[in-house]
Amino acid sequence: MSTDWILPNSPPRAARRAGGALADPPWVRALLTGVALGFVALFLVLPLATVFLQAFSKGISAFGAAIVEPDALAAIRLTLLVAAVSVPLNAAFGVAAAWAIAKFDFRGKSLLVTAIDLPFAVSPVVSGLVFVLLFGAQGVLGPWLQAHGVRVIFAVPGIVLATTFITFPFVARELIPLMEEQGSDEEEAAISLGASGWQTFRRVTLPNVSLGLLYGIVLLNARAMGEFGAVSVVSGHIRGQTNTMPLHVEILYNEYQGAAAFAVASLLAVLAVATLVLKRLLEWRMGRASCAARERGHA
Amino acid sequence: MKRSNRWIPRLAVAGAALLLGGAAAADETLLNVSYDPTRELYAEYNALFAKHWQETQGEVVTVHQSHGGSGKQARAVVDGLEADVVTLALAGDVQALADRGNLIPKTWQKRLPHNSCPYTSTIVLLVRKGNPKGIQDWGDLAKPGVVVITPNPKTSGGARWNFLAAWGWAQGAFGGDEAKVREVVGAIFRNAPVMDTGARGSLTTFAERGIGDVMIAWENEALLARNSLGDGEFEIVVPSVSILAEPPVSVVDTVTRRKGTGAVAEAYLRYLYTPEAQELIARHHYRPSDPAVLARHAAKFRNVELFTIEEKFGGWQEAQARFFGEGGVFAQVLAGR
Repeated sequence: MSTDWILPNSPPRAARRAGGALADPPWVRALLTGVALGFVALFLVLPLATVFLQAFSKGISAFGAAIVEPDALAAIRLTLLVAAVSVPLNAAFGVAAAWAIAKFDFRGKSLLVTAIDLPFAVSPVVSGLVFVLLFGAQGVLGPWLQAHGVRVIFAVPGIVLATTFITFPFVARELIPLMEEQGSDEEEAAISLGASGWQTFRRVTLPNVSLGLLYGIVLLNARAMGEFGAVSVVSGHIRGQTNTMPLHVEILYNEYQGAAAFAVASLLAVLAVATLVLKRLLEWRMGRASCAARERGHA
Repeated sequence: MKRSNRWIPRLAVAGAALLLGGAAAADETLLNVSYDPTRELYAEYNALFAKHWQETQGEVVTVHQSHGGSGKQARAVVDGLEADVVTLALAGDVQALADRGNLIPKTWQKRLPHNSCPYTSTIVLLVRKGNPKGIQDWGDLAKPGVVVITPNPKTSGGARWNFLAAWGWAQGAFGGDEAKVREVVGAIFRNAPVMDTGARGSLTTFAERGIGDVMIAWENEALLARNSLGDGEFEIVVPSVSILAEPPVSVVDTVTRRKGTGAVAEAYLRYLYTPEAQELIARHHYRPSDPAVLARHAAKFRNVELFTIEEKFGGWQEAQARFFGEGGVFAQVLAGR
């Protein structure tokens, strides 16, 4: 790994020596490679392996029992529901925001760009508390909601809200640079040929960024299903009702049901691995697509 | 490229199906918002009560549970978590529902027998096998080099009992010399390297992560740890004197009025005082309030000199304000003042 590096500011004596970094003694190279590999094994491979080892530590039937247990199923169902609402919402918002920011100039644009990043900058606990302050019984809107029998916080809507807030930036962040790089030449061409705004968006803008959009959605989905902090604050932790998978994992672990906790955790781990595979696949296809586009451009 | 548009309606349909599937149950349901270590007790009690209710009233009742640090749970109920009943760690947390949310009348504690406490517990010391640090009483926890595990009194009801138990012992031991009491209790809590938010988190720290020499714990948690976590890995040290911990229960009036669950919620709490339930309570390591049931389990609940919070501190409200309020005694002694 390190053999083809030429360090730009290596000390003069090393530079004078023929070969520079290439001449590092083999044991140095072996040591560096070993440390790097050991680090990866210790911090990435080992934890992931532990999750699966623990999950199956009491056998396959115990694993299955932990997954089909009613509270676990409720947690899985709730997690899927939350993702099913917040992912399309944020995908739609992300596309709209990226489109407005990358293709148009307007006042307050940089403010909007900064605002989109807000959920990344704020601690998830604070994000959760904000919703408690807004919708809680002592909050701004709480008494009105309570009088009308609407439950937001400590119920499914609150969890969806918190998750949507936390995952707000994923798609927009992914699409803005991509759209900016592409510029608006193709859109201008489409409009000059008589396409309406909607047609231009659907036939030109969206297809150009479809892979980037999918990439953003994959990351968004992973975070939506895995979010712990903000959801924990607004959940109320009612078993079988307002516990998502990450919260359920914590509960099981605290009840000394280690194997069951890791069984549910392994589902989240599978999601993580699937996310990475999908991400890699999309990166590869995006690379090819941009090569093809460049060739088309030259022809 | 067109293919990428087709999954949106599919996801929407799946989402709608999930929503409808989740909103099917229509039987009578209660939500019991409780504190950390009662998980196992109420899981079993809910089944017992549901059976009793079915037999006597012919109605199906499902009780949902929510657990967490007692203070945090009270806060959630004040913020709108729709608890029909609360079963918290200490009266101060239930009192918050009356003071801050106006959810229950101020006289709530007089509504059920034994000051609304169907069970009690006390604070004991849990040490590792063979008691390697030779811990016998509260004073040993203040020694340098002893690592103490306790949750944070700011968030955990159990930890407030821990603090008051140590304080009460020190008052007796030093004949009311307040400076000395502060010094020793402060030393005990400064010996705690981490303070989890709830009792269960502390037990995990002590038992699973292997941190600490001694854990200040609810008797029920200590018994649970000794009996079900690892063979003979832990021993219980009963201090010379400790506090009578009284975790109270209450119906949350505003919620049950809105939901029309007042009758079943009250029955749920009253049933805790019956011999069947008291027996279950003893099995889950809480001291039953029924003397006959307590006598049957005398071997388990060792006789220890217990003082109540009223005797030593003039009740929860006073103790809460003096010790755990903003800049209170707890914060002062932790800072070594």
